[in-house]
Amino acid sequence: MLLLLPPVEERIPARPLWTPPWADHRGKPFRLDEPSPTCYEEGDSEERLMKTLEEILAGLPRIRAAADGLRDMMLANLVMIGEIPAPTGGEQARVDFLLQRFTEDGLEHCSFDELHNGAGLLAGTEGQRNILLLAYADAAVSDDTDQTVEVETDRVVGPFVVDNSIALAALVTLPTLLDRLQVRLRSNVLFLAAARSLGRGNLEGLKFFLTNSRVPVHFGLCVEGVQLGRLNCACLGMLRGEIVCRLPDDYNWAQHGATGSIIPMNDVITRINRIAVPKRPYTSLVLGSIHGGISHYNIARQTTLGFEVRSEAADILHQVQQQMKDIVEEVSSQAGVVITADFFARREPGGLDPAHPLVRCGRSVLTQLGLQPMIYLTTSGMSALVDRKIPALTLGVTTGERLGRLDEFDEACAIEPMATGLAQLAGILLALDGGYADESA
Amino acid sequence: MNPREWLQRNTFHHSAFWDLKQLVAEKERQGLRISLCIPTLNEEKTIGKEVVLFRSELVSRYPLLDEIAVMDSGSTDRTREVAASFGADVYVAGDILPDMGTKQGKGENLWKAIYQLKGDIIVYVDADIKNIRPHFAYGLVGPLIQRPEVQYVKAFYDRPLVMSGGVRPSGGGRVTEILIRPLFSLFFPDLSAMIQPLSGEYAVRREVLERLSFPIGYGVETAHLIDVYRQRGLEAFGQTDLDRRVHRNQSTRDLGKMAFGILQTFLSRLQAAGLVTELPHLHSALRQFLARDNMYELIEHHIVEEERPPMITLPAYQERFGRRP
Repeated sequence: MLLLLPPVEERIPARPLWTPPWADHRGKPFRLDEPSPTCYEEGDSEERLMKTLEEILAGLPRIRAAADGLRDMMLANLVMIGEIPAPTGGEQARVDFLLQRFTEDGLEHCSFDELHNGAGLLAGTEGQRNILLLAYADAAVSDDTDQTVEVETDRVVGPFVVDNSIALAALVTLPTLLDRLQVRLRSNVLFLAAARSLGRGNLEGLKFFLTNSRVPVHFGLCVEGVQLGRLNCACLGMLRGEIVCRLPDDYNWAQHGATGSIIPMNDVITRINRIAVPKRPYTSLVLGSIHGGISHYNIARQTTLGFEVRSEAADILHQVQQQMKDIVEEVSSQAGVVITADFFARREPGGLDPAHPLVRCGRSVLTQLGLQPMIYLTTSGMSALVDRKIPALTLGVTTGERLGRLDEFDEACAIEPMATGLAQLAGILLALDGGYADESA
Repeated sequence: MNPREWLQRNTFHHSAFWDLKQLVAEKERQGLRISLCIPTLNEEKTIGKEVVLFRSELVSRYPLLDEIAVMDSGSTDRTREVAASFGADVYVAGDILPDMGTKQGKGENLWKAIYQLKGDIIVYVDADIKNIRPHFAYGLVGPLIQRPEVQYVKAFYDRPLVMSGGVRPSGGGRVTEILIRPLFSLFFPDLSAMIQPLSGEYAVRREVLERLSFPIGYGVETAHLIDVYRQRGLEAFGQTDLDRRVHRNQSTRDLGKMAFGILQTFLSRLQAAGLVTELPHLHSALRQFLARDNMYELIEHHIVEEERPPMITLPAYQERFGRRP
């Protein structure tokens, strides 16, 4: 018997909630300077809640109480976002969902660009300042992994809920919080779910967005899942890449003792391990992944080593890069295999001085919320903003951890601190909006 | 209405009801109240997520549901605590209508929910769904709001089963395909148009529910379909495609017990419908085997499909809801 359903594309209509902004803006750069039909106008009755920084700080308990009332919404967003696969370069389904949320929350110009960055605009009443609030949309997990998220009484557990589903959940819940508080900001706030951030993505989505934005971004707030209390104002330099060892086409398979690609890679690793990495300026070298071979007996044709170097100093990154290149060339020539090093991601160190008004505002807000600000160097997406001299902070939403299971996917994040995390974002937005983070402040 | 017409007219996809704002407006225009009932027994792993999602999306964001109730059979884990912590109304089935005593089984929870919950429509959603989404509720309620003649809406799915180490596609519904569909095809061919007659998710109008007797165990869904069909015809049913349902896989042995209980219910319905007249005495023991150290061990499960009477026949219910049989 035939099931007389219409074809899928007819059964699942494009949602009008999503369609108008897409239809107008698909693939176009964002225009913050276009007139907004719902922009605040003089005479509107919205209450400007806070005027001085002291008033903003004093209002934080009220903001946190309101955020606490959004716990279910935050958790529902976290579950639904976390269960949509979003491998780097395949973020479309997740970004579609985020755009739906942005639209439901009343953001304007909700749209995506060529790289599937998803953005929505909370138009300010004056629009003289443009604040970018961003979280990255991709997760280092493949489409076929079971991404079920579990909600327990005090925590949420699931693949990459910490890194970075909870940050995205905060991003899409924040407009509702501001709405509940009846806050109308003078500044434009651009909410961005940035695609292609991880691994080889190397912040490609955010860089593309910043390159193609027609209006200046005056401040940036990068939202990360954990840890609540982090207040990153400067970035570590970072160098990320892969070393690949391949057998040459004329490899002598019959030769007794043929070792394949694993033994030469072992030699590379041993030599990399001997690189002297200084403690000051802080530098680290992590060999994070290795893949090679197909079975116990067969000789491995190819072995790949993934690594990341981090340092406070650009010249040390350069030195380590050169040393790794030398090692690769040396082992390659000795072992009769082809070894190549691909340094596909590089970020320069830099950022704000801890005395910058933006950092001071952040510190005041966090302290007022009972948090101990943790100021340390980060490798977050903030570096793309730092490269463009945009004052920026990276903030965490809650506390959490990666669970010590073999699959290394499952993470757990605490529910109770999420309200403080949301309140912190709202508080810093208000401070930015009030001009308290301006250089002249 | 023949099955082909019914399939065409009364088979829906949840996306047809995506416009929740419109759905809520229509619900309010009709003055309907809708209750969600989640029957539970040791579901602490999944219950929190279900309650949070439904409350956030279908109570706070779009007020489609008027109450979310967890009807528990006496869980020994933290099911009730977790559900309550996320704002569900939590009931222990044994505490409801205590004069009627307590029986163990999902059907008991569903039956007592009719007394306890206030809704004009009750939507039942199982607690073990790992990929729960709001459309599991609104996809079932939607046809009842938009089509007054539809009384009872069942879910159907593409059902991947969670196996060890990952998700893989599966036909699922083994009891349906091996037992129920052949039986329906033999005795109630119209009902074989139901794609997944045993799915645990359905939404029903109170005036229908209160007139159904409830097997307390495995046979409740089968009994409902036959009874509603006999009372109101195929056109009273709808079915909605909810896309995917990821849940725990059941062992073949468990499905054997399920099939045994369903068969008892089915045979009693056959007799009530006059389709068979002289059933012999039916035994209540299902025998299964375990192989242990070169010996076979006989395991007997005693499965008796007791039934609860239609709720409308209870004076306490009549008084509580002001209804008469």
